[in-house]
Amino acid sequence: MVSSTPNPEPRPTPTYRLTEDQAALRDAVRVLADERIAPRAAEIDRTAEFPWDVKELLASHDILSLPFPEQYGGLGGDLLTVCLAVEQISRVCATSGLILAVHELASLPLLLAGTDEQKDRWFPDLAAGNKLIAFALTEAEAGSDVAAARTRARRDGEGDDADWIIDGSKRFISQGSVADLIAVFAVTAEDDDTPRRDRLTCFMVEKDMAGFAVERVEHKMGIRGSPTAELSFRGVRVPDANRVGAVGEGFSLAMRTLDRSRPGIAAQAVGIAQGALDVAAAYAAEREQFGKPISDFQMIAAMLADMDAGTEAARQLLYKAATEIDAGAADAGRWSALCKLVAGDTAMRVTTDAVQVLGGYGYIDEFPVERMMRDAKITQLYEGTQQIQRLVIARALTARQH
Amino acid sequence: MRIVVLVKPVPDTASGGERLRPDDLRLDRAAVPAVVNANDEYALEAALKLTEAHGGEVHLVSMAGPTAPETMRKALAMGAASGTLVTDDSLAGSDMVSTTRVLAAVLRGIEYDLLLAGADTSDGGGGIVPAGIATLLGLPYLSYAAKIIPDTEAGSVRVHRISATGYEVLESPMPALIVATQALGEPRYPSLKGIMAARSKTLDTNSLADVPLEDGAAVGGAVSTTAVLGSEAPPPRAATRVIREPAEEAARQVVEFLADRRII
Ligand SMILES: Cc1cc2nc3c(=O)[nH]c(=O)nc-3n(C[C@H](O)[C@H](O)[C@H](O)COP(=O)(O)OP(=O)(O)OC[C@H]3O[C@@H](n4cnc5c(N)ncnc54)[C@H](O)[C@@H]3O)c2cc1C
Repeated sequence: MVSSTPNPEPRPTPTYRLTEDQAALRDAVRVLADERIAPRAAEIDRTAEFPWDVKELLASHDILSLPFPEQYGGLGGDLLTVCLAVEQISRVCATSGLILAVHELASLPLLLAGTDEQKDRWFPDLAAGNKLIAFALTEAEAGSDVAAARTRARRDGEGDDADWIIDGSKRFISQGSVADLIAVFAVTAEDDDTPRRDRLTCFMVEKDMAGFAVERVEHKMGIRGSPTAELSFRGVRVPDANRVGAVGEGFSLAMRTLDRSRPGIAAQAVGIAQGALDVAAAYAAEREQFGKPISDFQMIAAMLADMDAGTEAARQLLYKAATEIDAGAADAGRWSALCKLVAGDTAMRVTTDAVQVLGGYGYIDEFPVERMMRDAKITQLYEGTQQIQRLVIARALTARQH
Repeated sequence: MRIVVLVKPVPDTASGGERLRPDDLRLDRAAVPAVVNANDEYALEAALKLTEAHGGEVHLVSMAGPTAPETMRKALAMGAASGTLVTDDSLAGSDMVSTTRVLAAVLRGIEYDLLLAGADTSDGGGGIVPAGIATLLGLPYLSYAAKIIPDTEAGSVRVHRISATGYEVLESPMPALIVATQALGEPRYPSLKGIMAARSKTLDTNSLADVPLEDGAAVGGAVSTTAVLGSEAPPPRAATRVIREPAEEAARQVVEFLADRRII
């Protein structure tokens, strides 16, 4: 029998070409990064202090407002535009690029599931950069295995609008010690039979709530100016109005958040790779050994060519992924995992090769590539390790077979 | 306060690709990206600060090639409210006299309290257009401004003019033409919102026919009184010595180098 329903319109393949606005915003961020942030990068790394001056700079130039809707004073930038900005900043300073990436990451639960009242309450200050926000999912015993979280939220009293009491601790929370607002994912399931994906709920904890404390800040290999904090919650009373999304929806909200935020980390990685490539290419043209510039040696030239090819490939995959996600792709999770996987590995390889091109000078802190190599490593770890990205991609592949 | 700032798109000197066209020895404006002339940015920054302090708006005026709107948007993104552009094929290759006449004619149709200009342009480098405009328009001409202090109630303005020994304080009624210097303060970076807003600001583009020139004033490349007859690259620099030492040691070696040659 011939079906009478016509074939559904095939979904057009989203493509991208940077709009004039996107190119103009990217160029503006690039100039700002080169002239105002680059000179600070080495010092930020050395002192391992959060660069409040850079945060102010990003706020005053509306860069922190990019992810927020216009009605809250944001620029309503799409994901691709946010990525362009993260990339340009990370090219000169990965710590500084992360300020914007985390600002977006941690605001996503509110963007995706927040009520109008919650957006009214928090977005204007976040968009203006008056307040910072952090994303607290990871725990000491719950890293890749997010659903294993132990931080608990219990209702204090009867009724659907009773306050919550949060107890537990979160580890490795970027900007957790400088944020005014923290999106905390806590277990609300009453019993162990609740399916893993229905156990968590997201809450906004404000930094001056009683019982909230910053326990310590880690000493790290890279992104040293970005404070990575251990946070504790001892009977923190949180009004129900601070609950984001439905009770039990936290896991899926966290996953949807990561589907949109991983490209930000990919952008950080592409930026780091480009920064290292730029330094290596310039150095190779200038440094002479055996009577000629080392870029004349084919082994060096080939390394530079591979670095460029890898960086550009990662960038194009990132822009494509951001475009797919902005267009509402059903397999957004796959796209975001693809671009983070490729970009993170590229950043690691390119920065390692950049150190190689600079030889001994690449290994000392007179040149920025050793810092870039240390910074690159984190992009293979956070917002899901590379292994977890492969898991996500492989699961999407398997799902397609059914 | 209404302030007009003269701006000119010039080839980006940072691009390193500036060149003259081989056939007519005019600047090849297509070869490199254009930017707002750096000295004009100082004038614009000063104008923006003045309107922030005293209220009012900044309007841009430019005579430039057909791609100028793109560059002028950058100045609008910094905070100027609107702009007027004169662009016409026949104006290509204009000398400074033509440029002065055209800009003066455009300015006759615009109201302002202050007219600000940069000291010179990085491409032409003549530095006499502002003085010419002041002459044609009969405006007080206050040059080398390190500071601008308007008195809106009295309708006058004071300028600290840089001199060899310090500065002179000039006072004149408004409107007046002021030539800015870098001492007025670093130009701001456009904010992202400024860039977005610039897209919808009015940029009034005119051809030469729209400009009410004074009777008989001939302008444009055809009547240019100056021409480039030839150009030559400066001789290559002698070998450069790069000192790669920590700051203190590097400074010591630089001083030694200069002292050896009796430069210091
Ligand atoms: C600097 C920094 C900043 C961070 N910022 C934040 C933040 O802002 N918010 C937040 O919530 N978290 C943050 N994190 C946490 C980060 O996301 C986790 O470290 C990461 O998800 C890995 O968890 P883990 O460290 O517990 O490693 P584990 O999960 O213990 O993994 C150890 C190793 O086992 C592998 N592995 C684990 N499970 C599997 C599996 N199923 N299959 C194959 N391999 C597997 C991993 O890939 C890894 O190689 C941050 C971490 C760091 C270091």
